[in-house]
Amino acid sequence: MDIHPHKNGIQPGIWVNLVIALVCLLFITAFLLLPLFIVFTEAFNEGVLVWLKSVGDEETLAAFKLTLLVSAIAVPLNTVFGLAASWALAKFQFWGRNIIITLIDLPFAVSPVVSGLIYVLLFGLHGWLGPWLDKYDIQIIFAVPGIVLATIFVTFPFVARELIPLMTEQGTEEEQVALTLGATGWQTFWRVTLPNVKWGLIYGVILSNARAMGEFGAVSVVSGHIRGITNTLPLQAEILYNEYYFTAAFAVASLLSFLAVITLILKSLAEWNTQRILRSSK
Amino acid sequence: MLARNTKKRSILPGFGLSLGYTLTYLGLIVLLPLSTLAFKTSTLGLQGFFDVLTSLRVLKSFQLTLLVSLAAALINTFFGFLIAWFLVRIPFPGKKIIDALIDLPFALPTAVSGIALTTIYAPNGILGKPLMDIGIKVAYTPIGITLALILIGLPFVVRTVQPALEELEPELEEAALSLGASSWVTFYKIIFPFLLPSLLTGFTLAFARSIGEYGSVVFIAGNMPLKTEITSLLIITKLEQYDYTGATAIASGMLILSFTLLLLINLLQSWTSKRLKGL
Repeated sequence: MDIHPHKNGIQPGIWVNLVIALVCLLFITAFLLLPLFIVFTEAFNEGVLVWLKSVGDEETLAAFKLTLLVSAIAVPLNTVFGLAASWALAKFQFWGRNIIITLIDLPFAVSPVVSGLIYVLLFGLHGWLGPWLDKYDIQIIFAVPGIVLATIFVTFPFVARELIPLMTEQGTEEEQVALTLGATGWQTFWRVTLPNVKWGLIYGVILSNARAMGEFGAVSVVSGHIRGITNTLPLQAEILYNEYYFTAAFAVASLLSFLAVITLILKSLAEWNTQRILRSSK
Repeated sequence: MLARNTKKRSILPGFGLSLGYTLTYLGLIVLLPLSTLAFKTSTLGLQGFFDVLTSLRVLKSFQLTLLVSLAAALINTFFGFLIAWFLVRIPFPGKKIIDALIDLPFALPTAVSGIALTTIYAPNGILGKPLMDIGIKVAYTPIGITLALILIGLPFVVRTVQPALEELEPELEEAALSLGASSWVTFYKIIFPFLLPSLLTGFTLAFARSIGEYGSVVFIAGNMPLKTEITSLLIITKLEQYDYTGATAIASGMLILSFTLLLLINLLQSWTSKRLKGL
């Protein structure tokens, strides 16, 4: 007989467990699997050729290129920022540190639409810098720079908030050893700090990339929806959908969903690796 | 170097450079643009600000947004808890895949979830049609908006409750059970109070996210002024009419509202966790 009948906590009985499992699976199917399934069935319901034609459409290709360009600018910039911020905030103790950490999280608390609006207020024709920019013929709002800025804003905290707790937990001992042994600051950073936070960094980059490519609300406000020029993939899906080109809209959506699935796989791999490293270091 | 070290100052280099860069970037990308909101709103004056926020259309949009966000956050808190329990406590084949799938709403662009849900729940959709047959209209009603917000908010609850549940030591429950408490009593005397702070956090995060949500909602909402028009959409509408001041005032109102809610629930949360420590 088991002398510790409750060693795994409460066991409400197999039937209760079964009901909970069923309810959860049903809920997950309805809210997560079904939408994903619908995207792919709608995208391919007229066959692969039609899908290829939709994806190969000139405007859709332009949107695809713009989406890649925007995340290729926003993600590296926020990654450099995340590394700098976590170095300053995790390796040093100083007054005001917590305030800065709170401020870094701010973009997560701001609605996507408002994230776009603030850049319109700053750079728009009636904004603070609008008249000055207009004089030199520089356009930011309803142009690519505005889309890049709004995307940087909404993905701002991802890398930093992933790295700050990780680096704080790791402390500064290893860096101090490296420096005492004669390594320069950069060498210490590249060879000690960076490898230690590698998986956390990858995790943050993956998440911010997914958000950068998929952002809708903020980009929608600053884009101006100029076909083939300022439409990103999500905006292109919206336009096609609103014009009742459902198959084409879902073809674009299927590209983005494919990206989301890849993101989930990479993210899980990064997570499992972090857990493995944590376990082996214990 | 040694001398500096003994003064308990960090010997690590690059503090000035990294902090300077952090503050400059933070200021230029986040703080400067956000400050425009305050300045633009202040040009309205207190009376003007109040007038915009209390116009019928704005009030109705706030009412709708708060109501559907609250409903979705409550539903998510319940099911999120259930799913976290399922993932931590119930052995099940392929659980790692289900676990990974929970984050789908974080990875899937909101516009994609929006058009997918609308297609599913439209009057001729795969679920919308049978529901329509029994007299429930989902798409283009507040029910549809709530469904979209449930999808968006789910991972927030699961991902805050799950770690707390993993941390909960079975010994606590074991003690209660061996002292003769029933499973149910153990649940609401031991497990529920322990999870309450994380449930509140998850609820708050889902709620706050819902208030500002746009992409997943705008397709399924129907967007009828006074009926199914959420606040985010109203801001966009004002912008399209070149009413920048109006849009900004509503945006400020929305921000004040969500910050107040976050603050309130943070206070509530620190109160519950203090009470928990006192036990």
